[in-house]
Order: sequence, then structure tokens, then C-alpha cells
Amino acid sequence: MKTLQSIGYILALPVVLLTTWWIVSYDSTNVYFPSLQRILAAFPATWLDGGGESRLVVDGFASIWRLLFGFVAATVIAVSLGTLIGLLPRVRAFCEPTLELFRAIPGPVLVPIIGLFAGIGDTMKIIVVLLGCLWPILLNTVEGVRAVDSVMIDTARSYRLSARRRIFTLILPAASPQILAGMRQGLSVGIILMVISEMFAATNGLGFSVVQFQRNFALPEMWTGIIVLGLLGLVASVVFQYFESHSLRWYTGMRRAARDA
Amino acid sequence: MLEVTHMQKIYRTADTSFEALRDVHFTVAPGEFVCLVGPSGSGKTTLLKCMAGLMKPSAGSVRVADKAVSGPPEGLALVFQEYGRSLFPWLRIAENVELPLKELRLPKKERLARVAEALAHVGLENSARSYPWQLSGGMQQRVAIARAIAYRPDVLLMDEPFAAVDAQTRAELEDLVRTIWRDLKITTLFVTHDIDEAVYLAERVIVLSSTPTIVQREMIVDLPAERDQLSTRSLPRFSELRHDLYAEIQKAKTHSALTITA
Amino acid sequence: MSTRLDVVPAVGVEASAFTPVPRRRFRARGRVTNVLLGCAGLLSVALVAQFLAPLGIVREQDLPPTTVIMAALAGLLGESTMWMAVYDTIYVWAIGLAVASVAGVVVGILLGSIEPLRRATSSTVEFLRPIPSVALVPLVVLVFGPRYESALVLVIYAAFWQVLVQTVYGVADVDPVVADTARSYRFSRWGVMRYVIWPTALPFVMTGIRLAATVALVLTVTAQLIIGTPGLGQSIAQAESGGANARMYALVLITGLLGLAVNIVVRLVEKRVLAWHMSFRKDASE
Repeated sequence: MKTLQSIGYILALPVVLLTTWWIVSYDSTNVYFPSLQRILAAFPATWLDGGGESRLVVDGFASIWRLLFGFVAATVIAVSLGTLIGLLPRVRAFCEPTLELFRAIPGPVLVPIIGLFAGIGDTMKIIVVLLGCLWPILLNTVEGVRAVDSVMIDTARSYRLSARRRIFTLILPAASPQILAGMRQGLSVGIILMVISEMFAATNGLGFSVVQFQRNFALPEMWTGIIVLGLLGLVASVVFQYFESHSLRWYTGMRRAARDA
Repeated sequence: MLEVTHMQKIYRTADTSFEALRDVHFTVAPGEFVCLVGPSGSGKTTLLKCMAGLMKPSAGSVRVADKAVSGPPEGLALVFQEYGRSLFPWLRIAENVELPLKELRLPKKERLARVAEALAHVGLENSARSYPWQLSGGMQQRVAIARAIAYRPDVLLMDEPFAAVDAQTRAELEDLVRTIWRDLKITTLFVTHDIDEAVYLAERVIVLSSTPTIVQREMIVDLPAERDQLSTRSLPRFSELRHDLYAEIQKAKTHSALTITA
Repeated sequence: MSTRLDVVPAVGVEASAFTPVPRRRFRARGRVTNVLLGCAGLLSVALVAQFLAPLGIVREQDLPPTTVIMAALAGLLGESTMWMAVYDTIYVWAIGLAVASVAGVVVGILLGSIEPLRRATSSTVEFLRPIPSVALVPLVVLVFGPRYESALVLVIYAAFWQVLVQTVYGVADVDPVVADTARSYRFSRWGVMRYVIWPTALPFVMTGIRLAATVALVLTVTAQLIIGTPGLGQSIAQAESGGANARMYALVLITGLLGLAVNIVVRLVEKRVLAWHMSFRKDASE
């Protein structure tokens, strides 16, 4: 009964919204807002035809590869740099104003600049994604590392833990909730930049396809593209959430224990 | 085993300086159980951090097991008051206890044996796979104690370890610490502001003055080695010692290096 | 100078369960050293950029020397079109952020305080929130073309979710004891809202607005860059296609300074709004 009720809560509104969309758009003559029926009808031909050569596989793979590569590289760089900056006050003082300035530059304006150096190929897009993801992860890492509990640090020192072990068993785990929060922000910025860089200049990728449909006035197809991009965002967020809740089980457990006490 | 020689600590900022310790001088013999008592604000924590090598004194020195302390010394384990902040919440109980042993480069088998033994000592053999935040405060402090004894230190420093647990648990933990001291013969220096606790636990009590701190007095606790919460605390000698120590602390509240030397 | 690198805490992660560590007060002398070090940092970046091209490490047209970029920047500061572009950018950003904030707070409080409503909408919110707002670019291009409205739709869509989600979390954070106390004193619905829910949710709301402010600027510039709505992004795209690279760098720098100003203003507002709140919270927890 209880599960039935919660399933109801999860499904009710989406069903209502989709039905409304279906009904309202059913005899739509507005070119920009084709009926949901037509959009869904256009979906298989647009994205799935051709099996391994289909648009979903080819463009989806191109986009996801750029996103993943940029995001992972950004995480590695940001966490190592952020740990260093967080641990060394002098380094932090040296870098801080520069970082403040660079992170304030909105990611999309980097697209033409990176384009100068890296052309319009995959490298450019990966670097754009990387630079976009970098700042939220970096700043959160710095803050997380700085906030590591002083008693824990004293404990590690008094047991003479080596610098390496201190970083890997104390600093990074302690900062991990903040680091993951930064990664979550970085991921959504990364998706935006991936799409933008593909819209700006590309020969393949999801962003490129969607803009092509728009330029060719293929409206139902364009709508399917919007849906695919939305699904990509959703899947990325679900995958990340799984990863996050898995690696922060201790943290959520601890918070729950603190709240119940 | 532990020698503190004419230690002074002055905190300096750009325009002020604060002398926490003036001239603290005492020794703890191997296998001794000493309590360090002082009124609140009597540089106890400063002194402890200097002894543990976490802070550099402005003058004077510390020797642990005949070696001068410059950083955190070998063979010294520290138990903090803030048990919740000294255990790592992302590690299980057994992993917390094992962590310092990894740094000693002990083989896995020996590490596991020591962890099991230490956890058995504090009565937590069934919680090895739990996380610290799943345990009560008293149990968490037991884990911190287990971590310290698994490390087999020459000197065990305890910084008001039971100040944050309830009275019932506190009595149990006091007995636990006494038992561990007797069984393992670890030199123990126990910092507390609780007079009863000091008399109950120690063989000798060192009374610190207010800041700038000096050693105001040392008292031998000539109670029988076998102690228990009911009978020991009702001995007439316990009351006498408690009375003396209380008076001494009252004096310490107004005394410091300034008034005593003046 | 603030010694705090501003960081946007994620939902729920911001309140550390560890007892907060009092930060060491920076000494006056230390602060001067830090400012000097910071300036040295900026200067070294400028110096490196100055000599990369002359040393043949990059082509001069790709990265003009710092002095050339600075000259272009000085020229831009005298152009009224540039100031117009700055104005357009701020205009779209501010309106979009304001609309998204008000909508996010109102809907957030509604969803947060009415449990069945929250449960019924959470799946939809979780579905719509991660949809990258840039997915809507083709649609707004067709519907509005290169006009303000295009940018506004993107900005509002992106910023709305940030504020909404934080507000819902904030309302959920209300201490049940406080809520029960209010109820036992027979506070009216409005009273509970005014004296219990709103003060609790406020720090979360401010976090949401701070996140939204950054996102809003990103989307404003994106629209200008890709759709060509007027503003700094459009100027950058024009400089890029015209091959005026020093000018493009100078414009990017100006956009960065605008971003910096946005961060600083939002931070000041947050500090202001939460000033009483912080001290209140500290007292309560001690």
C-alpha cells in the first residue's frame, strides 16, 4: 500500500503533464510547437535508424566522450591543485586573486579563445569542458581541505602519519563531501559547455545536430534533439548521484546520526 | 620516561603577547600514573600540545623516553577530549585502530592481532565493523583508547578524555583506564580539571597554577593500588586528599607565576 | 581583502557535521604579505602572457602580449558601444535573476511547506532540473530570434531551479522543536511563515541566489555569443570573426571583471542579509 502510494506520487504529475501536452498540442498548427504525437513519431527515424551508425550512437558517443574526458581531467587537476592550495597558505595567497579573476570569466566566452589554439576539433571542446568544470571543483576542494578538523589533523600528526597517508586517509576523505559538491556543479557546467562548444563550431555531436535541425527548419526533429539533451542531463545527474551517495555513505550516515541524537 | 624541563610558552601576535606557561618543570617516572590538574585557563592544553610535539615551546624542552621532542615523538599516544573529532568517520572502528599501525610498517597479521587485542581490552570486540558515529560517546572514547594502546606507546597522554561523557560512563571509563595502566604498565599522564577523578586515578597529582603557569604543588596519592568506585571513594584518606587538592586548586585560581614569585 | 575563496556549498553539504574550527585570525602583517603575494600572482600571469608570443611559444595572433591586450582594453574603455554592451549584459542578467529568484522562492516555499505537494512534484523537479538550459537554444532562436527575450528565457530557466531547490531544502530544514513551539503558542499560518520558516530558509535561499547569479551570467553571455543577442558575448563573437584577437581578449577580460563584480556584490548582499542570522545561529548552537 505504502509503495503503491509513493509510486503514485512519483508518476502522477509527469503523467498529467505529458497528457496535457499531448492534448493541448494535438491539433497544433503552430510550426514552432508541433504536436507531441509528431515529435514522438519523428524520434525513431531521427535518432535510432541505422543501428550502430545511428545518430544517437554516433553523435551521442562524440558528445559523451568529450564531456567525460574533460570532466575527469578537470577533476584530477582540480583536486590535486586544490589540495596543494588548501594546505599551503602562502600558495593560496599567491593564487587567490588570479583564481578569483579566472573563475569569474563565464565559461562560454572561452570557446572562441580555445578555438584559436586548438582549432575546432575534439581538443578544443575537451579543453572548454575541462576549463569550465575546473573552477567549481577547485574552489570547493580548497575550501574542503582548509576546513579539515584541527583535532583530526593533530591526531594524524601525533601518530606520525606520513604526508602521503595524511593526504589520502585524512585530508581527501574529510574534504570529499565538498569535493563531490564541486564535481556536481562542475558536471552541469560541463554539459552546458559541451553543448555550446558543439553549437559554436563542430561537425558532430548532440549540440551540433540540434542546431542543424533548427537551421534546416526541421522542427519535430529539433524537439527530439531537445528531449535527447534533456535525457542526457538527467542520466548524467542520476549516474553522478549514485556515485556520490555510494562514496559518501559514511557522511550521510554521520549526519543522520547527528540529527537523531 | 617523560621530562618537562623549564618550559615556557608565549603566544605572540603583531601587537600583543600572552604568556601561557612561565616555567613548568616536572618528570614522570616509567610506569607511573600522574594526573595534571589545574583551574580552567591554566595552560593545560598548551602544555599538553608542547609535550606531544604539536606545538613548539618558547623555551625549555621535553624528553620522551630519553629523546628530545622536536616533532610528535615516537612512542607517544594522545587521547583527545573531543573523541568525535579525533576518530575518522569514514573509517570503520577496526580501521581507525589499525591506521597508526600501518605507519609503523607492521605486517598485516601483527596489525590485526593488535587491533583485536586492543578492542578486546576496551570491550568493543563486537563493534569492529561499525563506524564511529554509530557508537555512543563513551564507546567512541573507548575506540580512541584502543587505538592508543594498540600503538603500544611508552607514554600515554590523555587530555581531559572524559569531560564530555555522562557520569555513569565516566566512572566505567576511569576504571578501564586504571585497569589498562595496571595491565600494560604504560606511563600515563592524565589531564583533568576534575578533583575527584584526579585523586581516584593517580599515583601522583601535579597542580598547575593560573597563567602564566608554573607547577604549584605535587601531591602523592597514597591510596591502595586496588581501587573501585564505591570503596575507594568512601575511604577517609580519599576525602582528605580530595580536601587538600580542592584547597590547592582554590589557591591556584588566584595564584600564578606572578603572585607566587612576587 | 577577503581571505575566503568563495565556494558554493552544495545542497545539504554546507553545514559540516564536524564542530566548526575557529579560523586563525590573520595578523596584520600577514595580511599585507598576502595582498603582496596575490599581486605577485597576478603580475606573474601578466608577465608570462607578455613573453609567450615573443619567445615563439605561441603565435602572436593567438595570444597577443599583455601590453597589446591592455592597449586594446584602454581603447575599449573609451568606446560607447562597449559600455552599451556592458549595460545590455547587466540588464538581461539582473532581470532574469530577479524573476527566477522571486519565482524560485515563492514556488519553493509552497512546495517545501506543503508535504503532499512536495512529494507529488519532486520527480518532475528532479527530471526538469538537470536539463541543460542550452538545449532550449534552438527553440528560442526560432521563437524570438536575436532579441533580449531569447537570453531571458535561458537565464530564467537555468537560474530558477537553483533557487527553487535550495529553498525547498531550506524550508525542510526547519527544526521540528521550533515548529512545535510555534504551534503550541498558536502562531497563525502567516506567523509560522514569517517567524519560523522564512528565517530558517533564508541562508539556503541566499545560497541558491548566489549559485543562480553565476549561472545567470553564464547563460546571458551564452545567448549573446551563440544567438547574437546584444551584449558582451556578441561583441566577443564579432571580434573573433573579425580576427581582432587583442580586442577579443580585452573583451573577455572585461567579461571576467563583470563576473568578479557580480560575485563580490552577491557576496556582500548575502553577508548583509545574513549578518544578524549568523550571530543568532552561533548563539543558539553554543
